[in-house]
Amino acid sequence: MAPLVPDIISNEFNFVIAILIGIAFGYILEQAGFSSSKKLVGLFYGYDFTVLRVFFTAGITAMMGVIGLAHYGLLDLNIIYVNPTFLRSAIVGGLIMGLGFVIGGFCPGTSICAASIGKIDAMIFVAGIIPGVYLFAEGYPYLEHFYMADAWGYVTLFQVMGISQGLMAFLMIFAAVAAFVVTTFVEKRVNGKANPEFLPAKKYFALAGAAVLIGLTAFALPERQSYVMANAEVNENINTTAAKKISADELAFRIMNDINSFRIYDLRTKEEFTKLSLPNSENIQLNYFFGKDAAKNLKKDNVINIIISLREDESIKANYIAAENGYNEMYILQGGLQGFNDSIINFTSPRIPQTRWERDTYSFREAAKTKIPGIIENFKKQNRSETKKTKRIIGGC
Amino acid sequence: MNNTKYMNPYLAGFFLGLLLLVTIFITGRGLGASGAFKSAIVAAVETAAPVHASDTKYYVEYMGEHDGSPLKNWLVFEVIGVIAGAFISGLVSNRLKFTLDKSGRTTTKVRIIGALLGGLLFGFGSQLARGCTSGAALSGMAVLSAGGIITMLAIFGGAYMFAYFFRKLWI
Repeated sequence: MAPLVPDIISNEFNFVIAILIGIAFGYILEQAGFSSSKKLVGLFYGYDFTVLRVFFTAGITAMMGVIGLAHYGLLDLNIIYVNPTFLRSAIVGGLIMGLGFVIGGFCPGTSICAASIGKIDAMIFVAGIIPGVYLFAEGYPYLEHFYMADAWGYVTLFQVMGISQGLMAFLMIFAAVAAFVVTTFVEKRVNGKANPEFLPAKKYFALAGAAVLIGLTAFALPERQSYVMANAEVNENINTTAAKKISADELAFRIMNDINSFRIYDLRTKEEFTKLSLPNSENIQLNYFFGKDAAKNLKKDNVINIIISLREDESIKANYIAAENGYNEMYILQGGLQGFNDSIINFTSPRIPQTRWERDTYSFREAAKTKIPGIIENFKKQNRSETKKTKRIIGGC
Repeated sequence: MNNTKYMNPYLAGFFLGLLLLVTIFITGRGLGASGAFKSAIVAAVETAAPVHASDTKYYVEYMGEHDGSPLKNWLVFEVIGVIAGAFISGLVSNRLKFTLDKSGRTTTKVRIIGALLGGLLFGFGSQLARGCTSGAALSGMAVLSAGGIITMLAIFGGAYMFAYFFRKLWI
């Protein structure tokens, strides 16, 4: 599952990738005509909308790609970088950049491109960026308050607007296509002639039709995660995946004697988990198994992975979801944590042991009952049980 | 040789979008440009005035967030690539030439001052908005980031707002 950095591609090799991506980026920008300031600002005076066309086509292509990859479970959206929102600085910074755009005729990326092919005005623009950034750095103490104001966090626009991702994407595409149509008319009026490049229009309708057909496949193939989660709710699906069970006694034995031989994935709520959790456990939710962390953590040698929940049935559901994601070697705690509490933590001998088996079992449980709370306490002190928080990749400018 | 023919903008946009998608797929982050300037300036100030850098909040915070040299940064490598890529494109399309683009109605002096001032504003604005046209607007649009799209609207909205006052520079 993507992103590939840092697990499949190392952070060091990522710098090589950065150069390669940069080469492609520079090549495309230059081929698109972004090395000419007159072409770039044309969009603000109505004589050349190249920038708008390239920019919005790129934006919606990448957006649809991101949504598509996530839809089929190939990209973990919880990890990729989403630019954080600080409302005031986003607006004012943007307006300042807009002013810089019409005065200077470039933006940073395009000025680097243009400077690379010998445009002297672009080199001067680049030379101007440096004191601009420096001014911000030196003025930061005065700007910090404003810079940090209205922090909304790493939110997406559809979360802010309270609409679905799909509707948001549709609105973006609609806005882009409308802009393409309108600007083509504006360009024609301003320049007094149509841009021959966009004729015949038939070609564009054919391409758009093909894109719509590809889009329709998303309806035929439902989103993988919702599909598996919905299946997990239906009992008949689950029983086909036989869950491997670990008894409360065996878990107690491992806790006391072989603490590194297991790892626990605890499905209870965060409150319950904070109140009491077993050693080596991690607080997760059912969707954990779709994420990238699962791929990293569940494939360790010589460690068994145990799913626990208060009652057993919730674990069985999770085990099904894990198996659907290729994690077939999971164990679930027999009887759930409730059972573990009853037979170990709060163990009381039901009767005077009659057989040898009963005598051994009861004495083992008595010993575990006295030892395990101490082990749990120790773990808590060392803070080794954790509530899982997905780390986002740091990106941006 | 016809040296002014550019790629069809929709096709170029499609390629750029695919590149951005590949970038997100591999690295989990988007494209950028202004961040490289930031790294370069932090590195320069660290070298030229280490004492100043160590007691100025901006540089201290930057160093706190990044390991190692500020130049060992993804965007710095990416921008080195951009320079090479644009140069290759210029070579292929026969556009390598030292020239100063300007409208026929402005003087060279005005164009130079405009470019310098524009760069300055863009440099400052990109730091305030946490990214420029590439890092905030384009990459932000790909992941539908609220901040990225707001910044994009502000950049283009601002440019349209101010365009009238600077029309003599271009038309």
